[in-house]
Amino acid sequence: MSEDNKPKTLPGRQRGGFGGGRAAMMPAEKAKDFKGTLKRLINYLKPQAFKILLVIIFTVVSVAFTISAPKILGQATNELFGGVISKQLPAGMTKDQVVAGLKAQGQDQLAEMISGMELTPGKGVDFDAILRILIILAGVYLLASAFQWLQQYIMASVAQGTVYRLRRDVDRKLVKLPLKYYDDHSHGDILSRVTNDVDNIAHTLQQSLTQLVHATVTVIGVLIMMFSISSLLAWISLIVIPLSLIVTMLIAKQSQKQFIAQWDSTGNLNGHIEEMFTGHNIVKAFNRQDEAIERFDEENERLYKASFKAQFISSIIHPAINFLNNLNYVAVCVIGGIRVANGIITLGDVQAFIQYSRQFTQPIVQTASIMNILQSTVASAERVFELLDEQEEIPDTDNPIVLDDIRGHVKFEHVYFRYKPDVPLIEDMNLDAQPGHSIAIVGPTGAGKTTLVNLLMRFYEIDSGRITVDGVDIRDMRRDDLRKNFGMVLQDTWLFNGTIKENIAYGKENATDDEIIAAAQAAYVDHFVRTLPDGYNTVLNDDASNISQGQKQLLTIARAFLADPRILILDEATSSVDTRTEMLIQKAMAKLMKNRTSFVIAHRLSTIRDADNILVMNNGRIIEQGNHQELMAARGFYYDLYNSQFLGAYADADAV
Amino acid sequence: MKDLLVKFLKPYWKQITLAIILLVVQAISNLYLPNLNADIINNGVAKGDIDYIINTGGFMLAVTLLLAICAVASAYLGSKTAMAFGRDVRRAIFYKVESFSQAEVDKFGTPSLITRNTNDVQQVQMLVLLGLYLMVMAPIMAIGGIIMALRQDVVLSYSIIIIVPIMAAVVGLMLWKATPLFRSIQIKIDRVNQVMREKLMGVRVIRAFVKNEHEAKRFDEANRDLTATTLKVNRIMAFAMPSLMAVMNLATVAIVWFGAGRIDSGAMPIGNLTAFLTYIMQIMISVMMAMGMFIMVPRAEASAERLSEVLDTEPSIKDTPTPAAPSDIKGYLEFRNVEFSYPGAEEPVLKDISFEAAPGQTTAIIGSTGCGKTTLVNLIPRFYDVTGGSILIDGIDIRDMTQQNLRDKIGLVPQKAFLFSGTVADNLRYGNENATDDELWHALEVAQAKDFVMEMPGQLDAPIEQGGTNVSGGQRQRLAIARALVKKPEIYVFDDSFSALDFKTDAKLRLALKGETAGSTVVIIAQRVSTIMDADRIIALNDNGIIAGIGTHAQLMETCDVYREIVYSQLSKEEIA
Repeated sequence: MSEDNKPKTLPGRQRGGFGGGRAAMMPAEKAKDFKGTLKRLINYLKPQAFKILLVIIFTVVSVAFTISAPKILGQATNELFGGVISKQLPAGMTKDQVVAGLKAQGQDQLAEMISGMELTPGKGVDFDAILRILIILAGVYLLASAFQWLQQYIMASVAQGTVYRLRRDVDRKLVKLPLKYYDDHSHGDILSRVTNDVDNIAHTLQQSLTQLVHATVTVIGVLIMMFSISSLLAWISLIVIPLSLIVTMLIAKQSQKQFIAQWDSTGNLNGHIEEMFTGHNIVKAFNRQDEAIERFDEENERLYKASFKAQFISSIIHPAINFLNNLNYVAVCVIGGIRVANGIITLGDVQAFIQYSRQFTQPIVQTASIMNILQSTVASAERVFELLDEQEEIPDTDNPIVLDDIRGHVKFEHVYFRYKPDVPLIEDMNLDAQPGHSIAIVGPTGAGKTTLVNLLMRFYEIDSGRITVDGVDIRDMRRDDLRKNFGMVLQDTWLFNGTIKENIAYGKENATDDEIIAAAQAAYVDHFVRTLPDGYNTVLNDDASNISQGQKQLLTIARAFLADPRILILDEATSSVDTRTEMLIQKAMAKLMKNRTSFVIAHRLSTIRDADNILVMNNGRIIEQGNHQELMAARGFYYDLYNSQFLGAYADADAV
Repeated sequence: MKDLLVKFLKPYWKQITLAIILLVVQAISNLYLPNLNADIINNGVAKGDIDYIINTGGFMLAVTLLLAICAVASAYLGSKTAMAFGRDVRRAIFYKVESFSQAEVDKFGTPSLITRNTNDVQQVQMLVLLGLYLMVMAPIMAIGGIIMALRQDVVLSYSIIIIVPIMAAVVGLMLWKATPLFRSIQIKIDRVNQVMREKLMGVRVIRAFVKNEHEAKRFDEANRDLTATTLKVNRIMAFAMPSLMAVMNLATVAIVWFGAGRIDSGAMPIGNLTAFLTYIMQIMISVMMAMGMFIMVPRAEASAERLSEVLDTEPSIKDTPTPAAPSDIKGYLEFRNVEFSYPGAEEPVLKDISFEAAPGQTTAIIGSTGCGKTTLVNLIPRFYDVTGGSILIDGIDIRDMTQQNLRDKIGLVPQKAFLFSGTVADNLRYGNENATDDELWHALEVAQAKDFVMEMPGQLDAPIEQGGTNVSGGQRQRLAIARALVKKPEIYVFDDSFSALDFKTDAKLRLALKGETAGSTVVIIAQRVSTIMDADRIIALNDNGIIAGIGTHAQLMETCDVYREIVYSQLSKEEIA
């Protein structure tokens, strides 16, 4: 109803790419109440608690299998190594004899190593034993994969189920919100809560959450294994953790700064592109291409610098961590080597240990980045919950009065209303619209003409006084019952993506084709529709730009014809409708108004003059009321308004 | 795509070459590391030779350090090149679009041009960034891995022939299954967004028609549909990682088994087994990387094609190399047998349009939708070129002027009043940067915009949001009119610019405008007869873009049916007289 044009958001600014979204690499937004929101999000998952429990159990099992694998592989290596060594030793001797012999030869190190191994000199590799170990290993690997698969499979339904519920709840909530909420929040804002924020949550549930469980269990499991192999080596490896974390955090902090800059300049640049391309004609007409290009170059250069830095800095993390890992590796090798030589641990154990230590830093770095993602997810969740917590409309009365066949007698009695508590708008308004009468509402922009309509339809609650239909206070009816009696044809024609037929049928459930065509004929749009290649099955595109504004209005009139309400609310078009269509609209509207109580926000003099009652509004008050003759005779505000309209015509008349 | 890449990467060939060299060094040291590991285990740990471990370990650290330095340096060069590439392509597209006439903009569509200049560039840039790394790394790692594996043990290397195809098959199967689903997810997300957007925009209508349940059902359908498809994809993807891991791990098991035989027979030292396993891992990882490229390339290719399309389009309107000398007279406009058809259209939109207008005169154009009114005025600033006849300003064919000169003469107020982000003053000075504040206020006063600008916080410095969304439609129109006034042009073009004004403001504005445009020609398109009744010349166009009548209100009332019909539809008899 208002004149604001809905800002179209640029594709890509909302989701994906560097430009948009709350991707993992983006600086995390902080939630206002992290703990509370997180708790609530977890609560939201409660119906799926059993599945989540399964997911956790399966993760633990899968990780346990994965973690035990290197140890088993180590056994195989031990067996193999022992076999190879034993082959070189004389058969028939015991291990102790061999060790003693070696010591006697002065080969202390080798002797100590062999004493730490289980082998039978001269026996060679025991393939049966290795095969047994490897079969177990294969089983362990397969089970680890199987459980991982199960866990992700279940988590997929947890995540999607939750997100489905979230979207549904938001949708249900939106129905219950008063129109005031829609006035205060841009469509882009609401839309982004339903889509971006919910998607963000979905993604985290599907991936990050399981990753987090997986990473935590892995770290714990790996630590246990490492300590069980060698606590000395484990402690050495532990030094790497704080180092990696510090390095990651230091670099991440720098790169985040750059990502913010990149984000900003992407927004600026895309905004500029959008603006210049949309206003292409104006830019050209005013010869401003050079300025447009100049500003583009500036922003483009800024974006280049920021994105280059962001990209570069964040790519340092990986090599840095890698280096630390290798440092650890060498340390483990050196100390492990000494210990193997001393026979304290076996070669297989060292190899297993090395494998563990490799598995160890990755989940830690991963956890750090998941924390970041989690933060932005909680911020998203907070925005969604915020919407779910919004104050709802006053519920319908418990004992509604149902009017079956209304006559259409509408009365305003001492109505007071304000949008904002401190700005008075409608004050002590009285109005009596007899059944079948037409009421024209005139007045300058912002006089409160649409407010009147909003109150009548109970889109807003009045502060005091009462509005009645056939003597019944509208607050004593269910909103739906009340609104069923009204038909609305607004300037802001709302058509949805669907066929013309579906759009007309919006006025009446289960309307037959004949009824639809009859309504279209009544609205003088039948002929036009038939000229379209697909006729009534023509699909209106997203913003219905494939038909003209005037035709859109005719379609909404057809919709109102089909609905056949007792009371009408019409908003005459001021905007670019060509004269022929305009004529049709006028004829259609006049026909529609016959025998119905109608409220017309009028711009056309003919409509105004034919009205049974004219309400002249200014600053939210009805300042004059009466029919055309009465008001002209009064020589008040209406008289001025009426005359000003024909200033041009009078000037011309003078000249002739 | 190749042409685009070659063209825009050429200036950076030095950086790219250097980056590739660094990547090769990286790849080789990456391949060398497992070798060192093997040595440490074979010759150090297994033999208990601590000195050897420390020495080789030190060497290994040195290699790692080199690796890290190469990685950082190549990341530096790579990201610099990729981002510079993105910057250059973005600039080229923007420059190109700025040179386009309306015909080319129409051909692509504004939203599409915006997407091309933003998202499509992003896609290709992403490919350059990752491609540089992947395309160099994957093959070297794969080939190097194979060579190194062969060096460890030739016979065991045959396993690669079995493992790699299995992996490729697993990954390929996933992609084959999931890719179409990913596409359909995007469509379904769009559907959810669309239904939601419609619900938000139509909230009043939905409530008025008591359609909440119907709408809830519509949303639920879209929601359910999206959920189901996403679930399907995620379940397929849930299978991906575990199955790949299983393939890799089972390969390890098999290699250990066969390796054991080789070791036992003395064909291979035991340390080589570990190294061999590492190389196999590397080969498998590079296969996965290559698979990633296969996903990315087609997507980027589509984007690159869309970019090339823009870059290869030549603007249809270009300045004449020999502009005519400026004429002495000012404010004259003439249409001489003008004909115009849109590119590819069968029928011309405008046929045989001729009229002359002198300074101080107002020419009004009226007619039904689609009869070509806006097209007619769009020909004056050369948004399109006439396809027949000619348009003369001050006696010179507009095609013989530079576009800059021509447009300096014209003050256009378009149908959709488009404002730019910035301040009120920025917008007003759009056509005349040197206008003083007094001149701005004067223009605002004439445009009936002074009152509301006075009330805005900061007045002339009040911010205007992109598209002018923070002012009402009527205010937007008045600011656009003021913007044209500040320019003080020879020719004013008002394309249905009074539509959002109420009658009183409309009337006042027209009266004030009269004094302002005395020395200029005014061309005005209007829907309301009252707006144009006093024009010096009214051109009534019929549906076929032909002049049905031309003359004053009084003349046309007598001679022109089309005009009379329009007038009767709007005014009652007494008002006409």
